[in-house]
Amino acid sequence: MNTSSYFQAPVQDRGGPAQPLLVVRDLKKHFPVRGGPLERTKKFVHAVDGVSFSVPKGKTLGIVGESGCGKSTTARLIARLMSADAGNMVFDGEGVDEFGGIRLKEFRRNLQMVFQDSFASLNPRLTIAETIAYGPRVHGMPAAEAMRQAHELLARVGLAPEQFASRYPHELSGGQRQRVNIARALAFDPRLVILDEAVAALDKSVQAQVLNLLQELKAERQLTYLFISHDLHVVHYISDYVMVMYLGQVVETGPVERIYGQAAHPYTRALLSAVPSMDPDNRTLASPLAGDPPNPINPPSGCRFHDRCPHAHPVCADKAPALIGMPGAPAHQAACHLNDPASGHPAALSEIQP
Amino acid sequence: MSTPLVSLQDLSVQFFGSRNACALNAVNIELGAGEVLGLLGESGSGKSVTLRTLLRLHPERTTRIQGRMLVDGQDVLALRGRALDFYRGGTVSMVFQEPGLAFDPVYTIGQQITEAIRAHEAVDEASARAQALQMLERVQIPQAKRRFDAYPHELSGGMRQRAMIALALACKPKLLLADEPTTALDATVQIQILLLLRELQRETGMSVIFVTHDIAAAVEVADRIAVMYAGRIIEQGPVGQIVRTPRHPYTAGLLAATVGTENRGQPLLAVPGSPPDLAALPPGCSFAPRCVHASERCRREVPPLQSVGTQALACWHPITPLAEAA
Amino acid sequence: MSASLELSLPLADVAAPAPSRSYWLVVWRQLRRDPMALAAGLILLIIVGAAVFAPWLAPADPYKASMIKRLLPIGSPGFLLGTDELGRDMLSRLMHGGRLSLLMGVVPVLAAFGIGTAIGLFAGYIGGKVNMIIMRVLDVFYAFPSVLLAVAISGALGPGMSNSLLALTLVFVPQVVRVAESVTTQVRQLDYIEAARMSGASAFSIIRVHVLGNVLGPVFVYATGLLSVSMILASGLSFLGLGVKPPEPEWGLMLNTLRSAIYVNPWIAALPGALIFVTSIAFNLLADSVRSAMDIRR
Repeated sequence: MNTSSYFQAPVQDRGGPAQPLLVVRDLKKHFPVRGGPLERTKKFVHAVDGVSFSVPKGKTLGIVGESGCGKSTTARLIARLMSADAGNMVFDGEGVDEFGGIRLKEFRRNLQMVFQDSFASLNPRLTIAETIAYGPRVHGMPAAEAMRQAHELLARVGLAPEQFASRYPHELSGGQRQRVNIARALAFDPRLVILDEAVAALDKSVQAQVLNLLQELKAERQLTYLFISHDLHVVHYISDYVMVMYLGQVVETGPVERIYGQAAHPYTRALLSAVPSMDPDNRTLASPLAGDPPNPINPPSGCRFHDRCPHAHPVCADKAPALIGMPGAPAHQAACHLNDPASGHPAALSEIQP
Repeated sequence: MSTPLVSLQDLSVQFFGSRNACALNAVNIELGAGEVLGLLGESGSGKSVTLRTLLRLHPERTTRIQGRMLVDGQDVLALRGRALDFYRGGTVSMVFQEPGLAFDPVYTIGQQITEAIRAHEAVDEASARAQALQMLERVQIPQAKRRFDAYPHELSGGMRQRAMIALALACKPKLLLADEPTTALDATVQIQILLLLRELQRETGMSVIFVTHDIAAAVEVADRIAVMYAGRIIEQGPVGQIVRTPRHPYTAGLLAATVGTENRGQPLLAVPGSPPDLAALPPGCSFAPRCVHASERCRREVPPLQSVGTQALACWHPITPLAEAA
Repeated sequence: MSASLELSLPLADVAAPAPSRSYWLVVWRQLRRDPMALAAGLILLIIVGAAVFAPWLAPADPYKASMIKRLLPIGSPGFLLGTDELGRDMLSRLMHGGRLSLLMGVVPVLAAFGIGTAIGLFAGYIGGKVNMIIMRVLDVFYAFPSVLLAVAISGALGPGMSNSLLALTLVFVPQVVRVAESVTTQVRQLDYIEAARMSGASAFSIIRVHVLGNVLGPVFVYATGLLSVSMILASGLSFLGLGVKPPEPEWGLMLNTLRSAIYVNPWIAALPGALIFVTSIAFNLLADSVRSAMDIRR
């Protein structure tokens, strides 16, 4: 039962295990903001501003950050649901949509996305089996075959096909709908799945079921996940690598245990200590940060975090820090002058150790 | 606890319409003055319905409310006209999940708070304005004078929620109802609002019912937690007991499903299935279809809520029985 | 490469897809349970049936005048609904008149539904500048009250039935486009359209499967509501002498010619108006029921 025979080429590993599945370089997206009729200069929202990262094969990269940090825009840029202003992508060693690289249609088949709103992401007028079968049919799979595959996928995500296949989205609970969305993504045998806040809207007890399902599917089908979430607990649970974003830029990235154990960026540390404690005798006493994330229309100069940072120094407002590797752990990178002895920040590399 | 500030006795709420639903089934809640109760539950558990019923916000034509509701000695279900208006905002007020929707977009924050004060107190415009400004300062809005004249859309999410709290507290209510006030906020803002609520509660000594789906948020502010499921309270107890030694299998399941550092890499102990349909509740315990401990009796009879001291439990097969000293 | 492999697939054990309940079946079931829809449907069925089968059902010749039998009251022997100002049988004229009145009510709406949905879908899905230009041009038409516009176009084209059909279609197209465009714009931004784009589907396929189905419903309901407007406007045009010409029976025209009889026999004079009223109310009620039945999410 080789379903991929309907697609242009079978899915296979091209670059070898060491080649990251996806490499993103210097991705940029600026949205113009409509100013008043008398304003001469056009303003831009710097939604994503020079984001670079790579996702190793078979691993999960978690992207965390607050609203307006650009994590969802990043997902949509990667999925090519919107076009980037700058930057390029390499999928398993091949440039995406470049001469001699992987074609866009082929790239899209290798990459699927699960959205946050389980209801809005299903066509209310199609039964769930029709929804799952739609994609493969677009690629030329005969109707009966696509339906059969849809039934198999429904069974795999834990929805008995004889009971659910001919239901409409409104007849399902949120958790069941999200399972349908996962089944639809799997219908292509993708290699990379972008999960954009995929479990955020679910009840806690249902969220755990879906997380378990995602873990099983990942092992079973050698999937690679890009897991976007604002929930630090969930990201900790599911990710192998974590990338922290702030106002359209990456402030820290590295293996999950480094980020959660030895965070090097003050923002990451603030984010981690903002998580409510589960211990009633040990309640949080002080908030790590004051105020809301600033407006991405006019991001602060230099380090974008400097106006909320407890360690800010004039150098932080002057000079934007680059992402640099931590001593002894090159995979763990942070963009903070405190980690760079050459930055001119008086406290660099002294009191930063947590 | 002498006479409780809030006392809900066998409160049931049914909605009629294209579908009938039993949103609340014989809920009993007692809340003393100055106490903070966390009402914990998932979607459809009835936690928000309880708050809305307390404020009598449901349309009367399509809602049937049974039982008794006493707040500050008043029979809430008997309130009419002006008395109801004074009760809403004066005795009890509410903070909503979406502060953006709770403010009128065409008036400034200051105007709306001033208006609320003047509706409840016989004060002149100037002193009402002064009070309103003071409220904004109390909820720690920086540059309160400038923000006073700001329109709701000009404030960030966290500031709007602070302003919402200022509005709710402007008339010095005895009971504050908070409906998921931090759910829509970012993590670093959420903790600020939780801390603010805790601080204001201590200062004013008001009682708070804090509705949330997030145990961690409840732990930060509540003294006591009541867990709701399918329109019933299934377990109640001090925060420490609920978090450390949950008695009801559902509470235990919720805690086990909360992901964290400990269970990385292992499958989560998820509660199977999904919450029941409120239009067709099972005859016995509503949780029975999802419960690993369920027996024939669970499927047949609804377990009554039994209480010992500050704790209460409705379960035929609890993980730890109530009688054991807590 | 594995085409032969596919062919050798044992088709026998391919699970038969569960019977999928079609959307319209669900809507139809919902509609059948709605007493208002049934009543409105029944009334329309009688009116349409009487009009369609008028040549066979009508008791008399609608053109046969008689000077001595003018304006007989309702219930006169041989003339169930009396006679008009020229002594013609009212019942027969009303039945025959329904043919033209209904035709003029339905045809412009159908035409506008087709044309308007196509333009609206196109404009809405493309979006951007193209959309803006199309919509601004249509806004010019939209700016006039529909009665005025219908009279103006009809007057410019000259009287006659086909011209009034054309005029009415032109009146309705911008309205349908507006609805279709705004619904398309909403639907286009939903996640399931993005999910469909992720599957590599062509714009045509996405419009056909995911957009059209969700746009057609609201537009259809809107168009159903236009049926009554169209009938009334058509009657109005005939009343003003811009539509059907006498002695052709048509409700609006009959209303006009019976105007003079209003002091002699007001009941007879009111009959065509009453029929226009009942038919348009029935159309409106049916439109409302269809609207709520199509919202299957409840």
